[in-house]
Amino acid sequence: MSEIRNLINITDLTVEEIDGLIATADDIAANHSAYENICAHKKLATLFFEPSTRTRLSFEAAMLELGGSVLGFSSANSSSAAKGESVSDTIRTVGCYVDIIAMRHPKEGAPIVGAQRTTVPIINAGDGGHFHPTQTLTDLLTIKRKKGRLNNMTVGLCGDLKFGRTVHSLIEAMLRYEGIKFVLISPQELAVPEYIKEKMNAAGAEWKEVETLEEAMPELDILYMTRVQKERFFNEEDYIRLKDSYILDLEKLRTAKEDLTIMHPLPRVNEISVEVDDDPRACYFFQALCGKHIRMALILFLLGIRKKA
Amino acid sequence: MNIDGVNTGIVLDHIKAGKSMQIYELLGLDKINNCVAIIQNADSEKYGKKDIIKIDQIIDLDFDVLGYVDSNITVNIVKDGRLERKHHMELPQTLKNVVKCKNPRCITSVEQGIVHTFRLVDRENKVYRCAYCDAEHRVK
Ligand SMILES: [Zn+2]
Repeated sequence: MSEIRNLINITDLTVEEIDGLIATADDIAANHSAYENICAHKKLATLFFEPSTRTRLSFEAAMLELGGSVLGFSSANSSSAAKGESVSDTIRTVGCYVDIIAMRHPKEGAPIVGAQRTTVPIINAGDGGHFHPTQTLTDLLTIKRKKGRLNNMTVGLCGDLKFGRTVHSLIEAMLRYEGIKFVLISPQELAVPEYIKEKMNAAGAEWKEVETLEEAMPELDILYMTRVQKERFFNEEDYIRLKDSYILDLEKLRTAKEDLTIMHPLPRVNEISVEVDDDPRACYFFQALCGKHIRMALILFLLGIRKKA
Repeated sequence: MNIDGVNTGIVLDHIKAGKSMQIYELLGLDKINNCVAIIQNADSEKYGKKDIIKIDQIIDLDFDVLGYVDSNITVNIVKDGRLERKHHMELPQTLKNVVKCKNPRCITSVEQGIVHTFRLVDRENKVYRCAYCDAEHRVK
Protein backbone atom coordinates (compact mmCIF):
# COMPACT_ATOMS: atom_id res chain seq x y z
CA MET A 1 0.00 0.00 0.00
CA SER A 2 1.22 3.46 -0.77
CA GLU A 3 1.78 6.15 1.82
CA ILE A 4 -1.28 7.87 3.29
CA ARG A 5 -1.49 11.45 2.11
CA ASN A 6 -3.06 14.24 4.13
CA LEU A 7 -3.59 17.90 3.34
CA ILE A 8 -2.71 19.98 6.38
CA ASN A 9 -0.92 22.91 4.74
CA ILE A 10 -0.92 23.96 1.09
CA THR A 11 2.83 23.30 0.95
CA ASP A 12 2.13 19.58 1.54
CA LEU A 13 1.36 19.54 -2.19
CA THR A 14 3.98 20.05 -4.85
CA VAL A 15 3.36 22.53 -7.66
CA GLU A 16 2.93 19.56 -10.01
CA GLU A 17 0.31 18.01 -7.72
CA ILE A 18 -1.58 21.31 -7.57
CA ASP A 19 -1.45 21.48 -11.39
CA GLY A 20 -2.85 17.94 -11.41
CA LEU A 21 -5.71 18.89 -9.09
CA ILE A 22 -6.56 21.89 -11.26
CA ALA A 23 -6.57 19.67 -14.36
CA THR A 24 -8.88 17.17 -12.66
CA ALA A 25 -11.19 19.99 -11.48
CA ASP A 26 -11.44 21.24 -15.05
CA ASP A 27 -12.11 17.74 -16.33
CA ILE A 28 -14.87 17.35 -13.73
CA ALA A 29 -16.48 20.54 -15.03
CA ALA A 30 -16.16 19.38 -18.65
CA ASN A 31 -17.09 15.69 -18.24
CA HIS A 32 -19.39 15.71 -15.28
CA SER A 33 -21.08 12.39 -15.96
CA ALA A 34 -17.79 10.48 -15.84
CA TYR A 35 -17.50 11.33 -12.15
CA GLU A 36 -21.08 10.77 -10.99
CA ASN A 37 -20.50 7.42 -9.34
CA ILE A 38 -16.77 7.36 -9.03
CA CYS A 39 -16.89 7.42 -5.20
CA ALA A 40 -19.81 5.02 -4.80
CA HIS A 41 -19.72 3.32 -1.37
CA LYS A 42 -17.06 5.72 -0.14
CA LYS A 43 -17.76 7.85 2.92
CA LEU A 44 -16.50 11.29 3.87
CA ALA A 45 -16.73 12.49 7.48
CA THR A 46 -16.99 16.23 7.98
CA LEU A 47 -15.94 16.82 11.58
CA PHE A 48 -16.50 20.47 12.37
CA PHE A 49 -15.49 21.17 15.96
CA GLU A 50 -16.16 24.78 15.06
CA PRO A 51 -19.01 25.78 12.77
CA SER A 52 -18.37 26.88 9.20
CA THR A 53 -21.46 26.17 7.19
CA ARG A 54 -20.00 27.29 3.88
CA THR A 55 -16.89 25.13 4.04
CA ARG A 56 -18.76 22.10 5.35
CA LEU A 57 -21.44 22.29 2.65
CA SER A 58 -18.76 22.64 0.01
CA PHE A 59 -17.10 19.39 1.15
CA GLU A 60 -20.41 17.58 1.43
CA ALA A 61 -21.61 18.75 -1.98
CA ALA A 62 -18.27 17.64 -3.45
CA MET A 63 -18.53 14.11 -2.04
CA LEU A 64 -22.21 13.74 -2.95
CA GLU A 65 -21.48 14.78 -6.52
CA LEU A 66 -18.87 12.03 -6.73
CA GLY A 67 -21.53 9.49 -5.73
CA GLY A 68 -20.18 9.05 -2.19
CA SER A 69 -21.92 9.70 1.09
CA VAL A 70 -21.24 11.97 4.02
CA LEU A 71 -21.62 11.94 7.78
CA GLY A 72 -20.35 14.10 10.60
CA PHE A 73 -21.16 16.97 12.91
CA SER A 74 -21.34 20.70 12.39
CA SER A 75 -20.25 22.06 15.77
CA ALA A 76 -18.56 20.87 18.94
CA ASN A 77 -21.91 21.20 20.77
CA SER A 78 -23.48 18.48 18.70
CA SER A 79 -20.53 16.11 19.03
CA SER A 80 -18.82 14.07 21.69
CA ALA A 81 -16.24 16.86 21.90
CA ALA A 82 -18.79 18.73 24.01
CA LYS A 83 -18.50 15.90 26.53
CA GLY A 84 -14.76 16.43 26.63
CA GLU A 85 -13.63 13.78 24.14
CA SER A 86 -10.21 14.52 22.73
CA VAL A 87 -9.40 15.08 19.07
CA SER A 88 -7.32 11.89 19.19
CA ASP A 89 -10.18 9.71 20.37
CA THR A 90 -12.72 11.26 18.00
CA ILE A 91 -10.50 10.77 14.95
CA ARG A 92 -9.44 7.30 15.98
CA THR A 93 -13.09 6.27 16.25
CA VAL A 94 -14.39 7.99 13.13
CA GLY A 95 -11.41 6.67 11.17
CA CYS A 96 -12.95 3.21 11.64
CA TYR A 97 -16.17 4.28 9.93
CA VAL A 98 -15.14 6.33 6.91
CA ASP A 99 -12.67 6.52 4.02
CA ILE A 100 -11.62 10.16 4.36
CA ILE A 101 -12.02 12.94 6.93
CA ALA A 102 -12.34 16.70 6.55
CA MET A 103 -11.93 18.39 9.91
CA ARG A 104 -12.16 21.92 11.19
CA HIS A 105 -11.03 22.80 14.70
CA PRO A 106 -10.46 26.07 16.55
CA LYS A 107 -7.02 24.98 17.82
CA GLU A 108 -3.96 25.31 15.62
CA GLY A 109 -2.37 22.01 14.66
CA ALA A 110 -5.43 19.91 15.57
CA PRO A 111 -5.45 18.07 12.18
CA ILE A 112 -1.83 17.05 12.75
CA VAL A 113 -2.91 15.33 15.93
CA GLY A 114 -5.79 13.79 14.00
CA ALA A 115 -3.48 12.47 11.29
CA GLN A 116 -1.33 10.75 13.91
CA ARG A 117 -4.31 8.71 15.06
CA THR A 118 -5.77 7.26 11.89
CA THR A 119 -4.81 5.70 8.59
CA VAL A 120 -7.49 7.45 6.55
CA PRO A 121 -6.52 10.72 4.83
CA ILE A 122 -7.17 13.92 6.79
CA ILE A 123 -8.06 17.20 5.10
CA ASN A 124 -7.57 20.33 7.17
CA ALA A 125 -10.73 22.38 6.69
CA GLY A 126 -9.30 25.15 8.85
CA ASP A 127 -7.38 25.03 12.15
CA GLY A 128 -7.90 28.31 13.97
CA GLY A 129 -5.91 31.15 12.46
CA HIS A 130 -3.32 28.72 11.15
CA PHE A 131 -4.04 27.02 7.80
CA HIS A 132 -6.98 26.58 5.45
CA PRO A 133 -5.46 24.85 2.41
CA THR A 134 -8.68 24.05 0.54
CA GLN A 135 -9.45 27.77 0.46
CA THR A 136 -6.05 28.32 -1.13
CA LEU A 137 -6.67 25.56 -3.68
CA THR A 138 -10.00 27.22 -4.43
CA ASP A 139 -8.26 30.56 -4.95
CA LEU A 140 -5.64 29.02 -7.23
CA LEU A 141 -8.27 27.28 -9.37
CA THR A 142 -10.25 30.52 -9.63
CA ILE A 143 -7.18 32.45 -10.77
CA LYS A 144 -6.19 29.73 -13.24
CA ARG A 145 -9.68 29.63 -14.75
CA LYS A 146 -9.95 33.40 -14.99
CA LYS A 147 -6.44 34.16 -16.21
CA GLY A 148 -5.44 30.91 -17.89
CA ARG A 149 -2.18 30.94 -15.91
CA LEU A 150 -0.74 31.15 -12.40
CA ASN A 151 2.43 33.07 -13.24
CA ASN A 152 3.35 36.60 -14.34
CA MET A 153 0.74 38.77 -12.72
CA THR A 154 0.24 41.48 -10.14
CA VAL A 155 -1.81 40.36 -7.16
CA GLY A 156 -3.33 42.93 -4.80
CA LEU A 157 -4.28 41.74 -1.33
CA CYS A 158 -6.47 44.12 0.61
CA GLY A 159 -7.75 44.39 4.18
CA ASP A 160 -6.60 42.56 7.26
CA LEU A 161 -3.28 41.15 6.11
CA LYS A 162 -1.98 40.60 9.62
CA PHE A 163 -4.45 37.97 10.82
CA GLY A 164 -5.82 36.87 7.44
CA ARG A 165 -4.68 33.28 7.08
CA THR A 166 -6.19 32.97 3.60
CA VAL A 167 -3.93 35.81 2.52
CA HIS A 168 -0.82 34.23 4.05
CA SER A 169 -1.52 30.87 2.43
CA LEU A 170 -2.25 32.40 -0.95
CA ILE A 171 1.02 34.34 -0.86
CA GLU A 172 2.91 31.22 0.13
CA ALA A 173 1.30 29.22 -2.67
CA MET A 174 1.81 31.87 -5.36
CA LEU A 175 5.45 32.44 -4.42
CA ARG A 176 6.15 29.15 -6.12
CA TYR A 177 5.18 30.58 -9.52
CA GLU A 178 7.31 32.86 -11.71
CA GLY A 179 6.84 36.59 -12.04
CA ILE A 180 4.29 37.25 -9.32
CA LYS A 181 4.22 40.76 -7.89
CA PHE A 182 2.33 41.41 -4.66
CA VAL A 183 0.74 44.72 -3.71
CA LEU A 184 -0.21 44.66 -0.04
CA ILE A 185 -3.02 47.07 0.71
CA SER A 186 -3.72 47.59 4.41
CA PRO A 187 -3.50 50.02 7.30
CA GLN A 188 -0.07 49.85 8.93
CA GLU A 189 -1.41 48.11 12.02
CA LEU A 190 -2.81 45.28 9.89
CA ALA A 191 0.22 44.81 7.62
CA VAL A 192 1.53 41.39 6.62
CA PRO A 193 3.65 39.80 9.39
CA GLU A 194 7.45 39.89 9.19
CA TYR A 195 7.82 36.18 8.47
CA ILE A 196 5.68 36.49 5.34
CA LYS A 197 7.88 39.36 4.14
CA GLU A 198 10.92 37.19 4.80
CA LYS A 199 9.38 34.43 2.69
CA MET A 200 8.64 36.82 -0.18
CA ASN A 201 12.21 38.13 -0.04
CA ALA A 202 13.67 34.65 0.14
CA ALA A 203 11.68 33.66 -2.97
CA GLY A 204 12.88 36.80 -4.75
CA ALA A 205 9.33 38.08 -5.28
CA GLU A 206 8.60 41.71 -5.95
CA TRP A 207 6.28 43.32 -3.37
CA LYS A 208 5.22 46.65 -1.96
CA GLU A 209 2.93 48.00 0.73
CA VAL A 210 0.38 50.75 0.18
CA GLU A 211 -2.30 52.22 2.43
CA THR A 212 -5.13 52.76 -0.04
CA LEU A 213 -6.91 50.81 -2.74
CA GLU A 214 -6.78 53.79 -5.09
CA GLU A 215 -2.97 53.78 -5.22
CA ALA A 216 -2.84 50.12 -6.11
CA MET A 217 -5.82 49.74 -8.44
CA PRO A 218 -4.47 50.57 -11.93
CA GLU A 219 -1.76 47.89 -11.98
CA LEU A 220 -3.69 44.97 -10.50
CA ASP A 221 -4.58 41.75 -12.35
CA ILE A 222 -6.08 40.18 -9.24
CA LEU A 223 -7.69 41.96 -6.29
CA TYR A 224 -8.17 39.75 -3.26
CA MET A 225 -10.41 41.45 -0.70
CA THR A 226 -10.68 40.50 2.97
CA ARG A 227 -12.60 41.99 5.83
CA VAL A 228 -11.18 44.65 8.14
CA GLN A 229 -12.73 44.12 11.55
CA LYS A 230 -13.24 47.04 13.89
CA GLU A 231 -11.83 45.07 16.84
CA ARG A 232 -8.48 44.86 15.10
CA PHE A 233 -7.85 48.58 15.33
CA PHE A 234 -6.08 50.12 18.28
CA ASN A 235 -8.39 53.10 18.45
CA GLU A 236 -11.73 54.31 17.19
CA GLU A 237 -10.15 57.32 15.49
CA ASP A 238 -7.99 55.23 13.16
CA TYR A 239 -10.89 52.95 12.39
CA ILE A 240 -13.12 55.84 11.33
CA ARG A 241 -10.30 57.44 9.35
CA LEU A 242 -9.43 54.26 7.48
CA LYS A 243 -12.51 52.07 7.25
CA ASP A 244 -13.77 53.38 3.92
CA SER A 245 -10.36 52.96 2.35
CA TYR A 246 -10.86 49.20 2.39
CA ILE A 247 -14.37 49.05 1.00
CA LEU A 248 -14.53 48.29 -2.68
CA ASP A 249 -17.17 50.12 -4.71
CA LEU A 250 -17.67 51.03 -8.37
CA GLU A 251 -16.05 54.43 -7.86
CA LYS A 252 -12.76 52.84 -6.77
CA LEU A 253 -12.95 50.42 -9.69
CA ARG A 254 -12.92 53.24 -12.23
CA THR A 255 -9.14 53.05 -12.66
CA ALA A 256 -9.01 49.24 -12.64
CA LYS A 257 -8.05 47.05 -15.58
CA GLU A 258 -10.84 45.74 -17.81
CA ASP A 259 -9.92 42.15 -16.98
CA LEU A 260 -9.32 42.56 -13.25
CA THR A 261 -10.39 39.51 -11.21
CA ILE A 262 -12.02 40.48 -7.90
CA MET A 263 -11.92 37.73 -5.30
CA HIS A 264 -13.08 37.29 -1.69
CA PRO A 265 -12.97 34.16 0.49
CA LEU A 266 -16.55 34.89 1.71
CA PRO A 267 -18.55 35.46 3.80
CA ARG A 268 -18.58 39.13 2.93
CA VAL A 269 -19.93 41.78 5.27
CA ASN A 270 -19.58 45.23 3.78
CA GLU A 271 -16.05 45.29 2.39
CA ILE A 272 -17.37 44.86 -1.13
CA SER A 273 -20.33 47.03 -1.92
CA VAL A 274 -23.23 45.00 -3.41
CA GLU A 275 -23.24 47.28 -6.47
CA VAL A 276 -19.99 45.53 -7.50
CA ASP A 277 -21.67 42.11 -7.63
CA ASP A 278 -23.02 42.64 -11.14
CA ASP A 279 -19.72 43.90 -12.51
CA PRO A 280 -18.22 41.21 -14.77
CA ARG A 281 -14.97 41.51 -12.84
CA ALA A 282 -16.59 40.25 -9.62
CA CYS A 283 -15.60 36.59 -9.25
CA TYR A 284 -16.36 35.77 -5.63
CA PHE A 285 -19.43 33.66 -6.33
CA PHE A 286 -17.60 31.93 -9.15
CA GLN A 287 -15.01 31.10 -6.47
CA ALA A 288 -17.64 29.10 -4.58
CA LEU A 289 -18.18 26.91 -7.65
CA CYS A 290 -14.43 26.47 -8.00
CA GLY A 291 -14.33 25.48 -4.33
CA LYS A 292 -16.62 22.54 -4.96
CA HIS A 293 -14.73 21.36 -8.05
CA ILE A 294 -11.30 21.52 -6.40
CA ARG A 295 -12.58 19.65 -3.33
CA MET A 296 -13.91 16.93 -5.63
CA ALA A 297 -10.49 16.71 -7.26
CA LEU A 298 -8.79 16.63 -3.86
CA ILE A 299 -11.00 13.84 -2.51
CA LEU A 300 -10.20 11.74 -5.59
CA PHE A 301 -6.49 12.46 -5.25
CA LEU A 302 -6.31 11.55 -1.57
CA LEU A 303 -8.39 8.41 -2.08
CA GLY A 304 -6.19 7.42 -5.02
CA ILE A 305 -9.18 7.15 -7.36
CA ARG A 306 -8.79 7.89 -11.06
CA LYS A 307 -11.35 8.26 -13.77
CA LYS A 308 -11.64 5.15 -15.91
CA ALA A 309 -9.96 5.66 -19.26
CA MET B 1 39.73 15.81 33.42
CA ASN B 2 38.13 15.01 36.72
CA ILE B 3 36.55 11.58 36.63
CA ASP B 4 37.35 10.62 40.18
CA GLY B 5 34.96 8.16 41.70
CA VAL B 6 33.74 6.75 38.41
CA ASN B 7 35.42 3.57 37.31
CA THR B 8 32.86 2.70 34.69
CA GLY B 9 30.07 5.09 33.88
CA ILE B 10 29.21 8.49 32.45
CA VAL B 11 30.44 11.91 33.42
CA LEU B 12 28.46 14.90 32.19
CA ASP B 13 30.96 17.71 32.34
CA HIS B 14 30.90 21.46 31.75
CA ILE B 15 27.26 21.84 32.72
CA LYS B 16 26.49 25.49 33.24
CA ALA B 17 26.50 26.17 36.98
CA GLY B 18 22.98 25.78 38.36
CA LYS B 19 21.62 23.72 35.46
CA SER B 20 22.40 20.26 36.84
CA MET B 21 19.06 19.68 38.56
CA GLN B 22 17.16 20.56 35.38
CA ILE B 23 19.24 18.08 33.43
CA TYR B 24 18.84 15.48 36.18
CA GLU B 25 15.09 15.71 35.73
CA LEU B 26 14.97 15.98 31.94
CA LEU B 27 17.12 12.88 31.60
CA GLY B 28 14.90 11.04 34.04
CA LEU B 29 17.82 10.25 36.34
CA ASP B 30 15.41 10.38 39.27
CA LYS B 31 13.79 7.24 37.87
CA ILE B 32 16.84 5.00 37.61
CA ASN B 33 18.35 2.81 40.26
CA ASN B 34 21.98 3.71 39.61
CA CYS B 35 24.18 5.73 41.86
CA VAL B 36 24.18 9.32 40.60
CA ALA B 37 26.32 12.13 41.97
CA ILE B 38 25.64 15.78 41.33
CA ILE B 39 28.43 18.24 41.87
CA GLN B 40 27.47 21.86 41.86
CA ASN B 41 29.67 24.91 41.46
CA ALA B 42 32.87 23.06 40.74
CA ASP B 43 35.76 25.21 39.56
CA SER B 44 36.14 25.33 35.82
CA GLU B 45 39.01 26.70 33.80
CA LYS B 46 36.68 27.58 30.93
CA TYR B 47 33.62 28.94 32.69
CA GLY B 48 34.62 29.87 36.22
CA LYS B 49 31.98 27.62 37.78
CA LYS B 50 30.31 24.50 36.43
CA ASP B 51 28.16 21.57 37.47
CA ILE B 52 29.02 17.91 36.92
CA ILE B 53 26.84 14.81 36.98
CA LYS B 54 28.35 11.36 37.44
CA ILE B 55 26.50 8.11 36.83
CA ASP B 56 28.12 4.85 37.91
CA GLN B 57 27.03 2.84 34.89
CA ILE B 58 26.92 3.31 31.13
CA ILE B 59 23.25 3.85 30.35
CA ASP B 60 21.38 5.20 27.33
CA LEU B 61 21.07 8.96 27.53
CA ASP B 62 18.98 11.35 25.48
CA PHE B 63 21.76 13.42 23.93
CA ASP B 64 19.16 15.59 22.19
CA VAL B 65 17.94 16.87 25.55
CA LEU B 66 21.48 17.70 26.59
CA GLY B 67 22.23 19.50 23.36
CA TYR B 68 19.12 21.59 23.80
CA VAL B 69 19.64 22.53 27.43
CA ASP B 70 23.31 23.37 27.07
CA SER B 71 25.33 22.63 23.96
CA ASN B 72 28.59 23.20 25.87
CA ILE B 73 28.13 20.00 27.87
CA THR B 74 30.54 17.18 27.16
CA VAL B 75 29.59 13.58 27.77
CA ASN B 76 32.49 11.38 28.85
CA ILE B 77 32.05 7.65 28.69
CA VAL B 78 34.42 6.03 31.18
CA LYS B 79 35.31 2.35 31.10
CA ASP B 80 37.64 0.65 33.58
CA GLY B 81 38.92 3.97 34.80
CA ARG B 82 39.77 5.21 31.31
CA LEU B 83 38.07 7.80 29.14
CA GLU B 84 36.67 5.75 26.31
CA ARG B 85 34.67 8.33 24.35
CA LYS B 86 33.91 12.01 24.53
CA HIS B 87 30.77 13.47 22.92
CA HIS B 88 30.24 17.14 22.18
CA MET B 89 26.64 18.26 22.12
CA GLU B 90 24.81 20.29 19.52
CA LEU B 91 21.26 21.58 19.10
CA PRO B 92 19.08 18.64 18.05
CA GLN B 93 16.96 18.73 14.88
CA THR B 94 13.83 17.82 16.84
CA LEU B 95 12.82 18.20 20.45
CA LYS B 96 10.33 15.71 21.81
CA ASN B 97 8.69 16.42 25.16
CA VAL B 98 11.44 18.82 26.18
CA VAL B 99 9.55 22.10 25.91
CA LYS B 100 5.85 22.85 25.71
CA CYS B 101 4.33 25.27 23.23
CA LYS B 102 3.36 28.60 24.77
CA ASN B 103 0.77 29.47 22.12
CA PRO B 104 -2.62 29.32 23.90
CA ARG B 105 -4.30 28.63 20.54
CA CYS B 106 -2.15 25.54 19.95
CA ILE B 107 -3.83 22.12 20.12
CA THR B 108 -1.06 20.97 22.48
CA SER B 109 -2.44 23.36 25.12
CA VAL B 110 -5.60 21.26 25.51
CA GLU B 111 -5.09 17.79 24.06
CA GLN B 112 -3.77 15.11 26.42
CA GLY B 113 -1.13 12.53 25.53
CA ILE B 114 0.49 14.51 22.73
CA VAL B 115 4.21 14.33 22.01
CA HIS B 116 5.23 17.98 22.30
CA THR B 117 7.45 18.39 19.26
CA PHE B 118 9.63 21.25 18.05
CA ARG B 119 11.74 21.38 14.89
CA LEU B 120 14.93 23.36 14.48
CA VAL B 121 14.44 25.91 11.68
CA ASP B 122 17.44 28.18 12.24
CA ARG B 123 20.53 26.70 13.88
CA GLU B 124 22.52 29.92 13.87
CA ASN B 125 19.87 31.90 15.75
CA LYS B 126 18.70 28.85 17.74
CA VAL B 127 15.10 29.04 16.54
CA TYR B 128 12.66 26.15 16.81
CA ARG B 129 9.05 25.94 15.64
CA CYS B 130 6.19 23.97 17.16
CA ALA B 131 5.40 21.03 14.86
CA TYR B 132 1.69 21.64 15.40
CA CYS B 133 1.09 25.40 15.26
CA ASP B 134 4.47 26.73 13.96
CA ALA B 135 4.86 29.03 16.98
CA GLU B 136 8.44 30.13 17.40
CA HIS B 137 10.63 29.03 20.28
CA ARG B 138 14.04 30.64 20.77
CA VAL B 139 16.66 28.92 22.84
CA LYS B 140 18.12 31.28 25.40
ZN1 LIG C 1 2.19 24.93 19.23
